[in-house]
Amino acid sequence: MRGEARRLLDDRRARAGAALLALAVLAALLAPLLAGDPIAQHDIVATRFLPPLARDLQGSLHLLGTDRFGRDVWARLVYGARVSLGVGALATVLSVAIGMAVGAAAGYWRGWVGVTLLGVTDFALALPRVVLLLLLASLWQPSAGLTIVVLGLTGWMTIARLVHAEVRALSARPFVESATGLGARDLRILLHHILPNALTPVIVAAALGLGNAILLEAGLSFLGLGVQPPTPSWGNLIASGRDTLVNAPWVATAPGVALVLVVVAATLLGDAVRDRLEPGG
Amino acid sequence: MLPLARRALSGLGVVLGVVTLMFALIRLAPGDPALLLVGPAATAEQLEAQRHALGLDRPVAAQYAAWLGRFARGDWGTSIATGRPVRTMLGAAWPATVELVGLSLVLSYLIGIAVGVVQAARGGRLDTALSIASVTLFALPGYWLGLMLVMVFTYRFRLLPAFGATGLDADFLSPAARAADRLRHLALPLATLTLVGIGGTARFVRGAMLDVAGAPYVTVARSKGLSPARVTLRHVLRNALIPVVTLLGLSLPALFSGAVFIEAIFAWPGVGRVLVEGVQARDYPVVMAATAVSAVLVVLGNLLAEALVSWVDPRAR
Repeated sequence: MRGEARRLLDDRRARAGAALLALAVLAALLAPLLAGDPIAQHDIVATRFLPPLARDLQGSLHLLGTDRFGRDVWARLVYGARVSLGVGALATVLSVAIGMAVGAAAGYWRGWVGVTLLGVTDFALALPRVVLLLLLASLWQPSAGLTIVVLGLTGWMTIARLVHAEVRALSARPFVESATGLGARDLRILLHHILPNALTPVIVAAALGLGNAILLEAGLSFLGLGVQPPTPSWGNLIASGRDTLVNAPWVATAPGVALVLVVVAATLLGDAVRDRLEPGG
Repeated sequence: MLPLARRALSGLGVVLGVVTLMFALIRLAPGDPALLLVGPAATAEQLEAQRHALGLDRPVAAQYAAWLGRFARGDWGTSIATGRPVRTMLGAAWPATVELVGLSLVLSYLIGIAVGVVQAARGGRLDTALSIASVTLFALPGYWLGLMLVMVFTYRFRLLPAFGATGLDADFLSPAARAADRLRHLALPLATLTLVGIGGTARFVRGAMLDVAGAPYVTVARSKGLSPARVTLRHVLRNALIPVVTLLGLSLPALFSGAVFIEAIFAWPGVGRVLVEGVQARDYPVVMAATAVSAVLVVLGNLLAEALVSWVDPRAR
């Protein structure tokens, strides 16, 4: 596995993607060291709408300027990274778990279980995800927790399809037959013999799904249906900058750039893993 | 024609599934379903009428049948927020969505295919540069790109309107001026949705082209002495287009998702904006109907894509 990782880092895309993601995660983890209080407002009139690199009356530097409440944009961005990356990652974990369970069950038990599960998957795949997200977010009270659940529940289908195909192909392989012959039970065969061999496409899809989940969290929060202010998330930061596009364009620009960089990083990493693990595929 | 009929049937299944899902969700959600549907300002009689229509005292199966019947008849209730019939609101909204999504689909596929072909055919530095460009476009959140375009083209250069589909004076303009007005209003939302779409399409086309380029018949075509352009366009692209057109159908839900944000940002009077405003106002009859209409539009789009696949690929007929 370690050799695999080293060879992966020979790929320029993988290096760039991993470095960018690591930077973002580090910034999120070390937020209290890197920035001041994201909610603190000193003298609103004197410190609001300061442009990037300006100093306020206390002499403290505002790397990315301040918003209309005089809050430091850099601080909100770094603390927002905790929320945006955290929600995105947890939602991806949830959809990978659901997708693997559904895909494995459908691929292994091919009778009515498989048919039903595949039908549900295709149905969910045919719907516009954002419409479902909005529907769910409107019926329950919006919060970070709900956002994770809702993103997880609407993002598992691709993974289920991939795992299903993989499990189906693997079930016919001799090593599975011999495990059956040795008297291993279904669950053991699935967990120990089949799933570990079906992980490759899951990793790729999870990387792409992570980027997507982060984008969608930001989208929901942008519409006011995800993470609620004053807790900063990149989506509600963009939304708050929307009203001040004319006199303080940096408020909406900074979180958008961060969002694009992180999603590009996840996509590059996913691409590189796919090319390395499935040569020619 | 048989596969198409089967697709139509499964499309009907999807719509039925959506309506069923909504029936389940509105019962799972906290609060009285009848109250959710008539809104807090409703009179006691209205609430009682809604209770009766939902049949909350009857068995679940009967309630479900009543729900399906009302949806099928187009009896979608009245909007809590505006008091207008939901059917009228959505009837006015769906053509704008089809206009925006349809045009963006055509443009992003034409441009995306061109970019992908150039990348696969030329390789080298140009390929790397375009790859970086397309992965960036692919990663752009539409709602943010839209704001950035508004910042530049509306606020800084004062070139294009950022709000709605028509100017205030549209009713008083000549037909030609009215068309120009519509196009100016369409420009920014269309550009936003298209730019994001180009990224995904170019990435996919490049991959499909490279997959096909290794096929034996391409080697044969080359060794026959055909010009590189002819090999690329007639032999590689022609076959690479099959998965690309298939993707078109699969990418419709995502494109529609993107359109929801874009419509909300630019106040484009389509289904997405109706949906978002309905959600923000907790206007459940509107949310329910807009969800169902979205599903119908996506299913119809998928059928069209299916027809297109069988036209591009004779083997799929």
